[in-house]
Amino acid sequence: MSRVLEVRDVAKSFGGVHAVRGVSFEVNEGEILGLIGPNGSGKSTLFNCILGQLTPSRGDVLVDGRSVAGLRPSELNRLGVSRTFQLLQVFPQLTVRENLILAGQEHVGSRLTRLFGARDSGLSGAADRMIDFFRLGHLAGEKAGGLSYGQQKLLDCAMAFMAGPRLVLLDEPAGGVNLTMLGNLKERLQAINKETGATFIVIEHNMEFVMSLCTRILVLAEGQIIAEGPPDVVRKDPKVIEAYLGH
Amino acid sequence: MNLASLKVPLFLLAAILLVLAPIDLTGIGLPWPGLKRYGTFILSLWLVTSIAAMGVNLIVGYAGQETLAQAAFLGIGAYTTALMTKVGVPFAVAFAASGILAFAVGWVLGFPALRVQKHYLAFVTLAFSVFVWLVIRNEEWLTGGVSGIQDVPRPSVFGLSMKSAANFYWFTLAITGALTAAMWWLLRSPWGRAFTALRENAVRAESLGIDVRGYKLLAFAIGSAYGGLAGSLYAPLVEFIDPAPFALGPSLLYLLMVVVGGAGSFVGPFIGAIVAVLMPLWLETGVSQIANPMLKHLFSYLLVYAFLVMVMMAFCPSGIAGLVERLITPKRRPHSDDKGPTLGTARASASQTGTKP
Repeated sequence: MSRVLEVRDVAKSFGGVHAVRGVSFEVNEGEILGLIGPNGSGKSTLFNCILGQLTPSRGDVLVDGRSVAGLRPSELNRLGVSRTFQLLQVFPQLTVRENLILAGQEHVGSRLTRLFGARDSGLSGAADRMIDFFRLGHLAGEKAGGLSYGQQKLLDCAMAFMAGPRLVLLDEPAGGVNLTMLGNLKERLQAINKETGATFIVIEHNMEFVMSLCTRILVLAEGQIIAEGPPDVVRKDPKVIEAYLGH
Repeated sequence: MNLASLKVPLFLLAAILLVLAPIDLTGIGLPWPGLKRYGTFILSLWLVTSIAAMGVNLIVGYAGQETLAQAAFLGIGAYTTALMTKVGVPFAVAFAASGILAFAVGWVLGFPALRVQKHYLAFVTLAFSVFVWLVIRNEEWLTGGVSGIQDVPRPSVFGLSMKSAANFYWFTLAITGALTAAMWWLLRSPWGRAFTALRENAVRAESLGIDVRGYKLLAFAIGSAYGGLAGSLYAPLVEFIDPAPFALGPSLLYLLMVVVGGAGSFVGPFIGAIVAVLMPLWLETGVSQIANPMLKHLFSYLLVYAFLVMVMMAFCPSGIAGLVERLITPKRRPHSDDKGPTLGTARASASQTGTKP
């Protein structure tokens, strides 16, 4: 099993605030890693350092053994790293199908062929398969802005998978999603992990969701890793309980 | 009523009416004497203005950037064409050179857009606009300064002179048609989708592999090229150019056209150009017919025009195209809100499943 992501001693400071303090970990192919921790523990900052949206103050990030420091998010995406955001990030004026085609179009052909080639970049079929996979078939032609919150969340996830990424970072995918939709989302994520072998890193506050989805959990507190292991072990770790509940 | 199904017939009808506008149809029993020389000139001016506004619409309406420099690009195109055709260079070459030069300068002007946004970007383009205007006004050896360039020749196409108002109008209409088709193609291509993504959420677009920097530069360059091409047609249309139409004020007017017409709407620039070019003339004619001097003074056409624009912006911020679409498109029923479990829904769910909330 190959190593998809290596985070080596990554630190990030904002002035005098040390948001991430020398974090190192690896993620193997096909793994679903949960990244949890109380508010302000540095999860999102670490995410943004991995994804090129923040430049680490120290350390390095390697994808498939290649350092990705200094790469822009679009360049990282073309290397097979995709993400979802904590807050909804669909394109409301585009239809569900157009959102998915947009999510895949920059991975097909050159810029010139995208101007003179097919309007859908030959991605309509792939978009429709993704729509069916995420059970959004009845909404394919609807503008994304008209969808319910849960449906937009599913679309947001589907967009992250459109280009067939090797590594997907999901930032609070369960946030604000109702119980029925949450079960659907978890099942879809597990299915896509099984079918494509894609590797996931999931930031989540919904403990039940993250513990049942992930194969390994990494706990951050005050910018450092305080625990790591299978969900059942992490759940009982006194340091984790202390970080969440305090003394 | 389905607006989409009406688009093609409406477009064809508009195209036929525009082609027939200068022709006297009374001979075949239709009550249309055809536009006279001045009317044809105004319609040509509307077409040229629409081309420039299409460029602004690409930059502002589709790509979500700001520009207050479109008149400067018209100036670049107009002076390039005037200078070249005056020394005998064929219009086709001058027209292409105007577009290419405006494209290149627009590309360079796009670089600040990679660093600054919104009104800061507007100020950068404003400074550029003033810079170009100063060059046009002060570099007399090249541009003629405030005296401008006179007798800009009108082209001939396959031996047919475009000297007459009607011929030049049809020539302008054909080029406008070609540029409109090119814009339509561009906006329907994956590039158009990328521009929309840029406008709606650049951070998300970047995370999906879209080269936000590249597309921003392209939007500026192509939009500016439309300004340059419009300028290239403007010079032979008016046959005399001076710095005034390329100052900051007209640049603001191009932005107004796009906003009033409907930013991000394909027909918005054409509607906006009607408001900016034709409406003041209609109002001027209407106001001039008021007999009472007091009322005439009160209803100065510019006052009426300013008032109408303010009312339009206050009650219809999506522009006239947006208003028409809103009136025609049937209202959709909103989706049920499933924005997360509330304590109430969690309890209801728990009571149904027998689990603790």
